[in-house]
Amino acid sequence: MADDSAKHLEVALVAAERTVWQGQAKIVIARTTDGDVGILPGHAPLLGLLQGGTVQVRTVDDEYFVAAAPDGFISVANDRVSILAENAEMGHDIDLEEARRELDQALAAGLADADADEVRLAEARVRAAEQTS
Amino acid sequence: MPANLRELRDRKASVSTIKKLTRAMELIAASRIVKAQQRAQAAGPYARELTRAVSAVATFSNVDHPLTTEKENPRRAAVLLITSDRGQAGAYSANVIREGERLNQLLREEEKQIVPYVSGRKGIAYYTFRQREIAQSWSGDSDNPSFARAREIADALIEAFLTPTEEGGVDEIHIVFTRFVSMLTQRADVIRLLPLEVVEGEEAPAADDVLPLYEFEPSAEEVLDGLLPKYVASRIHYCMLQAAASELANRQRAMKSATDNAQDLIEQLTRDLNQARQAQITQEISEIVGGASALADANAGSE
Repeated sequence: MADDSAKHLEVALVAAERTVWQGQAKIVIARTTDGDVGILPGHAPLLGLLQGGTVQVRTVDDEYFVAAAPDGFISVANDRVSILAENAEMGHDIDLEEARRELDQALAAGLADADADEVRLAEARVRAAEQTS
Repeated sequence: MPANLRELRDRKASVSTIKKLTRAMELIAASRIVKAQQRAQAAGPYARELTRAVSAVATFSNVDHPLTTEKENPRRAAVLLITSDRGQAGAYSANVIREGERLNQLLREEEKQIVPYVSGRKGIAYYTFRQREIAQSWSGDSDNPSFARAREIADALIEAFLTPTEEGGVDEIHIVFTRFVSMLTQRADVIRLLPLEVVEGEEAPAADDVLPLYEFEPSAEEVLDGLLPKYVASRIHYCMLQAAASELANRQRAMKSATDNAQDLIEQLTRDLNQARQAQITQEISEIVGGASALADANAGSE
């Protein structure tokens, strides 16, 4: 199906309460529990859980952005990529300083378990903001 | 007579104030309902994508997950009742509570024990007034439910579902909520949340199309593990958004009829008031005329 497939991906980055970003992209790079996957047009159908909480996208206009998608998952089928995360956010919408502060707070509050939701969310936001700037 | 006049005037003034109040509430509900509908729409893509993904896993793999497995002999059923936090919404809460009672009756006939979960102050008040136990309750944002709240409820329900029945867990979970059919129609409705009935093969691939064989990372089981709780939260969020829109629609309608009633009352009172004033004037005139003629008679007699 690689030959007749379109030369771009239809990407939708969806949060629980709104669609964060929707558009066409050349490549989507996401980190799943098995490692980084780069998704190009013609990729085989895939369903994966995201880990690390960031997704990198290069749009057809050669724009590059990073989005925070903590605890999300990615689904790819017929050149349609859907990235779903309850708290998805664009990297350039995040204030790095503020995100760092929130991470510190979350870490201080959840010392007992470093795997707490708040910590993962804050980490993903910091990472996305860092990679954007 | 003057006392009656003043009384009527006071009543008219107070009804006018009530009318202003209900009118304001009607307008507020009307503007919020638009927002509620937009929110329901904005949440649509997430729910849609999630449903697609879950049915994809269910269709292309043969995984049995605890959340989709029917228990053999269900004995305890949880019922999540979604009501409003505030009144002034006509029969909204009463209707959904009645629907809940009907479901409870049905479950009792099947000899299941009911574990109630309640969202919204009205429902909580109904249960506590009757001194019934509530397993867990939430309130405070019935007209603007956030996803975080839905997630909180989902976590509590899933935990109860995964707990063995003997240790206080439940075997099935139902949601009673009000479905927003249109601005004019809202219907109290029941859906079974867990065990999930996953619709398989939502979009059947065309005949010449190769069946999409999904790769799962890390594995089908783990993907399902991650997806199903999200799916449950998304379903609950959907129900809460529908309930919020219904609540506002009901409130708008109730306040509209209250405003209309106040208007009728004002008209009636105005009429009574005019009549009373006219009666008073007539009486005064007749008193004057009576007095004048009595004077004239007395003068005529003395000459």
